[in-house]
Amino acid sequence: MNSVSSYLDQFFFLAFPYVALFTFFFVTIERYRNRKFTYSSLSSQFLENQQHFWGLVPFHYGILAVITGHIAAFMVPREILWWNSKPLRLYILEGSALVFAILAAVGLIAAIVRRANVSKMRKVTSPVDWVLFALLLIQVLLGIEVAVRYPWGSSWFATSLSPYLWSVVRLSPDISYVTPLPLTVKLHIINAFLLILMFPFTRLVHILVIPNPYLWRKPQVVRWYRRPVKA
Amino acid sequence: MNVRSQISMVFHLDKCIGCHTCSIACKNIWTDRKGAEYMWWNNVETKPGTGFPTAWEDQEKYNGGWVVEDGELKLRSTSKAKTVFNIFHHPNMPTMDDYYEPWTYDYQHLFNAPEGPDQPTAVPISMVTGELINIKSGPNWDDDLGGSPIYAENDPNLDGLTDQQRQQLFAVERLVLFYFPRICNHCLNPSCVASCPSGALYKRGEDGIVLLDQNRCRAWRACVAACPYKKTFFNWSTGKSEKCILCYPRLETGQAPACFHSCVGRIRYLGVLLYDASRIEEVAKSPVEDLVEAQRSLILDPNDPDVIAAARANGIHDSVIESAQRSPVYKFVKEWKIALPPHIEFRTLPMLFYVPPMAPVMAGKENGAVKNVSEDLFHDIEEARVPMRFLANLLGGGNEGKVRYALRKQKAVRWYRRALTVGDVTDAQAAEMLAQADCTPEEAEAIYRLTSLCTFDDRFVIPPMHREEAIEMMEDPLEHKQNTGFGFLTGPRRGL
Repeated sequence: MNSVSSYLDQFFFLAFPYVALFTFFFVTIERYRNRKFTYSSLSSQFLENQQHFWGLVPFHYGILAVITGHIAAFMVPREILWWNSKPLRLYILEGSALVFAILAAVGLIAAIVRRANVSKMRKVTSPVDWVLFALLLIQVLLGIEVAVRYPWGSSWFATSLSPYLWSVVRLSPDISYVTPLPLTVKLHIINAFLLILMFPFTRLVHILVIPNPYLWRKPQVVRWYRRPVKA
Repeated sequence: MNVRSQISMVFHLDKCIGCHTCSIACKNIWTDRKGAEYMWWNNVETKPGTGFPTAWEDQEKYNGGWVVEDGELKLRSTSKAKTVFNIFHHPNMPTMDDYYEPWTYDYQHLFNAPEGPDQPTAVPISMVTGELINIKSGPNWDDDLGGSPIYAENDPNLDGLTDQQRQQLFAVERLVLFYFPRICNHCLNPSCVASCPSGALYKRGEDGIVLLDQNRCRAWRACVAACPYKKTFFNWSTGKSEKCILCYPRLETGQAPACFHSCVGRIRYLGVLLYDASRIEEVAKSPVEDLVEAQRSLILDPNDPDVIAAARANGIHDSVIESAQRSPVYKFVKEWKIALPPHIEFRTLPMLFYVPPMAPVMAGKENGAVKNVSEDLFHDIEEARVPMRFLANLLGGGNEGKVRYALRKQKAVRWYRRALTVGDVTDAQAAEMLAQADCTPEEAEAIYRLTSLCTFDDRFVIPPMHREEAIEMMEDPLEHKQNTGFGFLTGPRRGL
């Protein structure tokens, strides 16, 4: 192993994840506390309705399914390996993961085309939005390439990436798990940390304010300055 | 009994002259901002007409408001389960095309144009894109177009009219129109509040004003789809929804809301109603034909000792109860029963009520002269150019009886006053009309005074809101000494 790539590995897999995670937590909390008004999904459906459906719906379902898969492989690697022990089940998992990834890619491209082509859309698209689109597109395309060129990722994620990510969480990062991985996979990981780093500076923060309390709250909301005293 | 107070409103349609002063007052104070240019928290529509946004009353198209299914009250546009799927793309979200694309004119060109053979013009420019725009329609495009085949003929309230009635409405010499000013109804069962996934919308406990917490709105757009009156708007620039706030900063300092204050025809009344909050759901579920009456039954008599005791027990200040006793809205809605809620069949229980307008009589011609003789004293109510069915669809939840009652009483008051001041109507005739209209001379006198001779203080009985006490509980004024103030201090800057 030459020293340059060794240094690069150390930077991207040892130091950079902590830079990304620290920024993520620090800025996200700071933004929520001091600039709460900026937490919004910044929906543009009001300005354009038709292409919105064909872009945003496949993208969200696709990306949510894929991220859920990644989180599952990270959280419960043993169960994933057990599931994959039967070839048919492995094919079903990998096949559906690829379908969702392609769904996300198609939706994302449709969303980008919509942003670029509709003149009203360009007015509500900031430079940061374009950076975010680029990062997301790179990430999804890299992911698809990994899935196609290095199949059965659901299994090798569990054996090589899960331990690495857990070592990062435990504050004793062990990069020996990731250094032997192919370049495409490495780029996918680096870009993932880049997305985490960029998260609080983009509209991605809307993920953190998904309105789950709606599912159990009462329909009507009344706010009192001073609660009436019950007789 | 769970007594709450609600700032409520009456618009007297017979007095509205359609001048749009209310809309301009509101626009200049609240919606003259980027992203809000297209919003009209207050607007004045011509009826029959399609309104703003186009055909807002057609819930087959917009899916706003509530329906009763299997004895349960349900939102048409969303539900707890549907919210999960609607969040990426709301299927019932109107777009800017349903309202209009706001524009200005390139006035600078008039000054900067190079010398040439033609007069320079100020071309229209979109306020969204800044590009040239070909204006196709605007917020009030059908103003005064009572007989228009494009607008008036598509009014959803024409539903249930006979072909003959429709033809009458559009016959050239019989065209008719009236004005219908609208603001947020500050409903008792607001569907915007019930639909908001983030819980950003809320009803203020003390005065019932429905507000939208700008810090909590996440642009899930559910309120815009759910409000059947289309009175929540999406600010495309800040990425937040906005709505009429009933000028609460003015109300809290004892001033009438801007649209009320500026009303040239003095058609607007504002006052407190006390109501029983424990029965809201039960009332909202009533059969359509009973809804108007059921909502009236929610409104409590502020002079009833039991109500006063229950109100005090709920923390309602004596000054607010006293204000409710002088409320002009209570008189119009509950005592005289001549003010009716708009489209109560949407089941949001709106707290803005309308006095239906008197319309010109459908006169016949004989030998070239107008013939208008009838034995029936209420002839011109029944034969008015605006069919009773139309007004019932708009203000009575389809119940013609409620509209007829309100119009007969108004007519009787006119004849009563005519007997007193002009003398071409006999006292006996006036007395008979009053009796038939379920009205006493005292009541007629009171209606006449509050309709025609009303002063500013008669129209707006604004309760002391006691926000100063309320806010002291939350914020220590001394803590903010030598500061710039407290509250929302940063500008509404769009998120990244």
